[in-house]
Amino acid sequence: MKSPTFAVVKPSRANYNLLHLGENPLETRLFPELSDDDKGDEAAVAKSQLQAGVMLAKRYLIQEVVGLGGMGSVYRARDMHFPNVNKLVAVKEMINSAPDPLVRQTIVQNFEREANLLATLHHPSIPKIYDYFTLESRSYLVLEFIHGKDMEAVINDTNGFLPEEQVLGWAIALCDVLDYLHKHKPDPIIFRDMKPSNVMISSNGEVILVDFGIAKAFQSGIKGTMIGTEGYSPPEQYRGEATQAADIYSLGATLHHALTRRDPRLEPPFSFAERPIRRINPAVSPELEAIVNRALEYDPANRFKSAAEMKDALTAAARKTGLLSRLGPIVSPVKNEGIKPLWKFKCEDEIRGTPGIHQGTLFIGSYDNNLYALNAADGKFEWKYPTDGGIVSRPLVVEGNVIFGSEDKRLHVVSARSGKVVWTYYTDGPIRSSPTIAEGHLFFGSDDHYLHAVNFNTGRMAWRFESADAIRSTPFVMTDMVYFGVESGDYYAVNFRGELKWRFRSKRAVTASTVGTGQAIYFTSVDATLYALDPRNGWVIWRFRLGKSSISTPCIAEDLIIVGAADGFIYAVEAKSAKEVWRFRTEHQVNGSPVLYKDSIYCGSVDGSLYCLEYRTGRLRWKFGTEGAITGTPLVYDDVVYFGSTDHHVYALLA
Amino acid sequence: MEKLFRWLFGKQQPPAEKATDIASTAPLTEEQLKAIVSSQSPQFDLPQLVAAAGQSVGKQRELNEDSLLAVTTTMAGNSGNLPFGLYIVADGMGGHQFGEVASNAAVRTVAGYVIKKFLPYLFQIKADLLEESFQEIMAAAVNEAQRVIQREAPGSGTTLTAALVLGQQVTIAHVGDSRAYFVYPDGRIETVTRDHSLVQRLQELGHITAEEAENYPHRNVLYKALGQGDILDPEIFTLAFPQLGTLLICSDGLWGVVAEQDIIRAVNESPNLQRACQNLVTAANAAGGPDNISVILAQLIG
Repeated sequence: MKSPTFAVVKPSRANYNLLHLGENPLETRLFPELSDDDKGDEAAVAKSQLQAGVMLAKRYLIQEVVGLGGMGSVYRARDMHFPNVNKLVAVKEMINSAPDPLVRQTIVQNFEREANLLATLHHPSIPKIYDYFTLESRSYLVLEFIHGKDMEAVINDTNGFLPEEQVLGWAIALCDVLDYLHKHKPDPIIFRDMKPSNVMISSNGEVILVDFGIAKAFQSGIKGTMIGTEGYSPPEQYRGEATQAADIYSLGATLHHALTRRDPRLEPPFSFAERPIRRINPAVSPELEAIVNRALEYDPANRFKSAAEMKDALTAAARKTGLLSRLGPIVSPVKNEGIKPLWKFKCEDEIRGTPGIHQGTLFIGSYDNNLYALNAADGKFEWKYPTDGGIVSRPLVVEGNVIFGSEDKRLHVVSARSGKVVWTYYTDGPIRSSPTIAEGHLFFGSDDHYLHAVNFNTGRMAWRFESADAIRSTPFVMTDMVYFGVESGDYYAVNFRGELKWRFRSKRAVTASTVGTGQAIYFTSVDATLYALDPRNGWVIWRFRLGKSSISTPCIAEDLIIVGAADGFIYAVEAKSAKEVWRFRTEHQVNGSPVLYKDSIYCGSVDGSLYCLEYRTGRLRWKFGTEGAITGTPLVYDDVVYFGSTDHHVYALLA
Repeated sequence: MEKLFRWLFGKQQPPAEKATDIASTAPLTEEQLKAIVSSQSPQFDLPQLVAAAGQSVGKQRELNEDSLLAVTTTMAGNSGNLPFGLYIVADGMGGHQFGEVASNAAVRTVAGYVIKKFLPYLFQIKADLLEESFQEIMAAAVNEAQRVIQREAPGSGTTLTAALVLGQQVTIAHVGDSRAYFVYPDGRIETVTRDHSLVQRLQELGHITAEEAENYPHRNVLYKALGQGDILDPEIFTLAFPQLGTLLICSDGLWGVVAEQDIIRAVNESPNLQRACQNLVTAANAAGGPDNISVILAQLIG
């Protein structure tokens, strides 16, 4: 709830205590006209608001509600004392409904005293006050109307990060106004409520501090167990202490929010150190990061001594980095860091699939229609087996046989040692789905819409299940059930007899395969959602919105689900809450799937690179560039990572 | 039965350093075993949710600002049996700031919203799956409650710990310092929520120790509460319902007063859930009853 154009000075500490102390209950009932029952609640709120067209104090013509506060509304109004010009003002209303006359009187006195104080303040970043008055139970402040929007809206409405120099400019202006308030005579004024929604950015780019928060102070004064503004407040403010150092902390929190786009109200209190600015937004200069960090020191003694000192540091940083004179810095891409592959092997066409490994031999299919068997240690060619179509599926190795589908519509079973065919199985469409084995049966999908269950020993079909569309995902088998999605967006859970147990519908194709635990199954869809479903009944536990569509199969890394998407990001979300823990940006779509090995995540991107990330934080350990896109899933085995690229090569790197 | 014994005493041996605690709490006597077996026996042909609740104003307050709600449904038949339960505890804050209005509004609004959402899907003959996720529904319900509280009792606030049980999933929405626990029959207890209190946060950051936390002067300061602040960010997460265990939801009138081992004992040794709830309330009052006490226990049996 924003109150963009309100400005009142908070009661001083003494007054705050007057309201806050006194164990005798303040029988304040705000909005007494609202009844407890549910009916007509919207009407009741509307009733308490002034309607457009109402003339207030025979002078202010109400135009519209521009904000809602805890104790009333903020209106835009026209000052009719200037009938020939359209002079706009902001009218902030405070409804005083305390039944106790003494309390009522105290509230009004505070209101007027603070309005008078505000009238003595003159600073370009403080809105002018024109008038104040009290009508029955309502008090009004008439203030300068500011065209523009608050910083929170600016942050939210910006795609990507704000330019550093813009934030730096705001920071300097805010230090200046804090310095002005802190040096106020006879008593320093502590703003106490610095946060993006209390900073207006006018259409001319001026920074104006609004909502000095008389209403807020009144509110927090009578809350009892709650003190402070969550997210932006320093630790000592929760204990009721408000000093200059508290304003500096809140300014630091505000700048942190603006630079990282991470709203501290959505994070645990005092957790800024866990979200280093440059890790989220590497474009920020180390100088500015250091200044914000110092403002955010837990111990007030370690922060800047004054707003003036912080302002000096900011201007020094601006001068040093030359930030005020040039546009945003250019990010230099990370290089290969001299990583040399253990070996590489060239096929005759693109490799889009995923390798398999068995007893020292690596198996991988290529668009040159061959399945290759390579020595995993040195990449030496052992044999190849030709099919009549491209191979994108992941070969499965079982009992000395390699099993894989091909776009020639067949499932091929060949000897892992010799590459000789054992049996083949025909479907009526290209096979892009990789086989899974369970209970002596192979399960795989085909573009012919069927999920096929084939006896591994005989190569005969046990049953097939007809779905609504082509099946490109790999069936996932767990506790006697087979889970798979299809290109129509339908998602099926079928038992081992081929009977449908439940069905779910996503909005677009489910090309990615499923992973799961006993409690939940996870898959992505081209509808740009990562789903968590109850494997027993298909109810949706949570949905996580990705930036774009995804055909990447999720990876379970302890309590994290890690997955890529076409927006180029690799996402890590908490399995139980669907909360994003980190995201890492690659330069192009992430269609392959991440894999976890030890404490690293390995994932390819269409940008041509294989990325190795620390799985807890998403920090880049290294990346390795190829000449083509990496769309398959890497295989990590015995500290070696194997993967193919559309540059026709198979690579082996030290993990 | 033999299986149960092995399970009880075989695998999950509590760590040795807690031997003194175990001496007074381990359910080793024949009587205790009987109690466990009678209440925990997995031999129910019909899997179902069972629940009970307890509440008391306590010994030192005149007004009860806690609210609770427990809804349990059982459906059985040939076409699936999906246990559905909703369990909510809300602890209104502030003494004189309509805490009871806030907690009541929270409990009713959340329950009304969630049940309305599920009604057509659970109680219609032919129903599709609900498109929204459990977590989205809980988040929307909590936001609705936030709105209602800000309208009905501006300035007031309440904690909220709500558990939606559907099948074997329990989805918890949590704001404030009421708590949800999983209590296991082998004497383990797992706190599944995290208090949104200043003292808890300072402890997490290592600024104060556990002992200092005990005597911290601002123990009651929350940094997050329903009805407070302009952005509400409840913690919402889904866990597997504890196998053979008990879901416990309570206000700080219970957990702040009764020691964990006594909570475990009351849950595991009472003949049934109703008695367990009453025993917990009695224990809190016996310890002085400084605050309102609310407790809900739920089990998935069969």
